[in-house]
Amino acid sequence: MIEIVSASRCVTCDVCIAVCPTNVFDRGADGVPVIARQGDCQTCFMCEAHCPADALFVAPLTHPAPPGSPLTDEQHVTETGLLGSYRKEIGWGRGRKPGARVAIGPQLGRARVTPPATPPAETTSTPAPLKT
Amino acid sequence: MPRTDTTTLDLTADVVIVGGGPAGTWAALAATAAGADVVLLDKGYCGASGPTASGGTGVWYVAPEPDAREKAMASREGLGGYLADRRWMARVLDQTYENMNRLATEARYPFPIVDGQPFKRGVQGPEYMRRMRAWVKRSGARVLDHSPVLELLVDPSGAVAGVAGYRRQHDTGYRVRAGAVVLASGGCAFLSKALGCDVDTGDGALYAAEAGAELSGMEFSNSYAIAPAFTSVTKTAYYNFATFFHADGTPLAGAASQGGRSVIAGELLRNGTVLCQIDQADPEQQRQMREGQPNFFLTFDRLGINPFTDKFPVTLLLEGTVRGTGGIRVVTDDCATTVPGLYAAGDAATRELICGGFTGGGSHNSAWAMSSGTWAGQGAARFATGLGPARHRRRLAATGGAGLRPTRAVRRGNAERYTGWSDAEQVLREQVHPYDKNYLRHGERLTPALAELDAAWRQLRAETAATGAAAVRIRQTAAMVAHARWMYTSALARTESRGMARRQDHPRLDPAQRHRISVGGLDSLWTRPEPEPAEAGQRLTAVAS
Ligand SMILES: Cc1cc2nc3c(=O)[nH]c(=O)nc-3n(C[C@H](O)[C@H](O)[C@H](O)COP(=O)(O)OP(=O)(O)OC[C@H]3O[C@@H](n4cnc5c(N)ncnc54)[C@H](O)[C@@H]3O)c2cc1C
Ligand code: SF4
Ligand code: SF4
Repeated sequence: MIEIVSASRCVTCDVCIAVCPTNVFDRGADGVPVIARQGDCQTCFMCEAHCPADALFVAPLTHPAPPGSPLTDEQHVTETGLLGSYRKEIGWGRGRKPGARVAIGPQLGRARVTPPATPPAETTSTPAPLKT
Repeated sequence: MPRTDTTTLDLTADVVIVGGGPAGTWAALAATAAGADVVLLDKGYCGASGPTASGGTGVWYVAPEPDAREKAMASREGLGGYLADRRWMARVLDQTYENMNRLATEARYPFPIVDGQPFKRGVQGPEYMRRMRAWVKRSGARVLDHSPVLELLVDPSGAVAGVAGYRRQHDTGYRVRAGAVVLASGGCAFLSKALGCDVDTGDGALYAAEAGAELSGMEFSNSYAIAPAFTSVTKTAYYNFATFFHADGTPLAGAASQGGRSVIAGELLRNGTVLCQIDQADPEQQRQMREGQPNFFLTFDRLGINPFTDKFPVTLLLEGTVRGTGGIRVVTDDCATTVPGLYAAGDAATRELICGGFTGGGSHNSAWAMSSGTWAGQGAARFATGLGPARHRRRLAATGGAGLRPTRAVRRGNAERYTGWSDAEQVLREQVHPYDKNYLRHGERLTPALAELDAAWRQLRAETAATGAAAVRIRQTAAMVAHARWMYTSALARTESRGMARRQDHPRLDPAQRHRISVGGLDSLWTRPEPEPAEAGQRLTAVAS
């Protein structure tokens, strides 16, 4: 869900208010959008893709990030390079090469079917917990 | 039928398009090219709304070489339970080929170059749909965003003659008089938060049924897609390279992205956890995946998961008729419905004509969206022109029922406080989302689930009268409940397993049921085997020879 609107980066262009398919934002008194209906957010990342100022961050969770989560911390997502990363990857923004130019992907064969365990059981790594 | 209220915004158009995803935008281009004055209305934002915009799609783009086309058509006939029609497949392959080539030349879509040739077997969602929006605007069509359509308007003969809706960022109602209407409002994914799908609540199907149209293939509606647990990115292709595990890390034998998804559903039902690792991709393939679908990695990168080396929990999210097959029945080559003046395209329409009882998305949906959109836009423009100047002088009557015009008297004060939709949404969560009801189907579980949905419908139909923003929500809820009832009614009518409509109590294919099933009705529902057009058999041999 959308978690961060960076007031320092936002250029109050209203683009996110327009493009959000589920109408999550309202325009704040200072022109900076406010997350008015977070529960309606469908976690589609479209606002991030369209924001010209890399001022928005969508956490990849379908529920609000818990209080204190790094995914609600602007400094954390800035320092880790996550803020604006989607826009960069699809090559939107001045001077970038459109990601569509290289979007080919690997050859997809038949889907692998998980085979039964082969004795002796392989050593397995511990599952990574979902960090929220 | 009650007359419509006068509204703040009163527009006139030759053709109205409901929905601005791929189907709606191609319909708008075709209708304007045919000389029609077009208004396109989107619940969200044309260019960012819907699963194609956020997800991107593989496209059924096959060069017009007889061998390649034959292979493409034959490849999924069995999967679809032999309910597809080769003539329609061939038409869609032709139209898709043309449209994708136009996307390159007229919308300057930046296709990748492979072996010196543009590679047109897929589109990146945000890029494709922003270009479609710009192209539609260039064509002269008027686009109204954040303007959900709430109902269809008909003339005294019952022909569709316009729409009424609500502009949610202006808090005003609107009405558009039109010669013809194209429903391109997408499928129904029941607010599951599957990628980009929450705008798709089956509204078009409800409106069509209220105007008297029929649906088809609604038993093929139980598409569930893999996503990392508690996330939205239901992009499934790369799970072809995955191994699935029990919670304790031992392999979940038989699980697979294709042909083993029900094993995942079964394990989630039994034990609540399935782990996954995309461990079969070599470093070069891993690199290609990142370039191919950057949005696939958003979840992983932001949660600190390396999907190639870590085991992460997965879930299955309901995508209903978005990657299922059912929808409004189309009866002519230009995608007319059984109601004059009403056309259907994309996921709002049935895709059985080209994929029978199975799609899963997989390139066919996107090809269908752009092809059926093109034909519906042309058909609607022709129909509107044929009406002459009289088309804008017709008396309009509203068709919307549930949520707008209750059958029982409701005091206004009550309506404002009405919370029945949250009851109905709860019924949907309990009766439609669970894997043991909708996915791993059994008559003994479908029947009581349908009874609960029928009760929810009766309440919505009898007692609710919402306006403004509340009307949008209640109409979505009504559309989802109606959708679910058509799904389960058709699923009960198909007493066999065919395509994606599998029944645990009827596990075999029954050759006597090789027909499509039409379904319709609102308060009481009906189903009927769809008679094969007499010449279908001849066509089949003609195309194959
Ligand atoms: C994650 C994912 C991946 C997919 N991948 C593929 C693939 O690789 N290949 C493939 O072929 N298919 C794929 N599909 C399916 C494909 O995305 C759809 O078939 C396609 O988007 C259908 O286009 P459409 O225009 O009919 O509907 P949509 O794209 O759903 O657009 C519907 C539009 O109608 C609007 N709308 C809805 N209700 C109303 C209303 N009441 N009033 C006004 N407007 C309304 C919505 O806002 C939306 O803009 C995928 C689906 C998903 C979910
Ligand atoms: S799109 Fe970005 S810059 Fe524009 S208003 Fe929204 S947050 Fe601010
Ligand atoms: S992620 Fe999608 S739904 Fe959520 S705020 Fe952004 S655009 Fe809107």
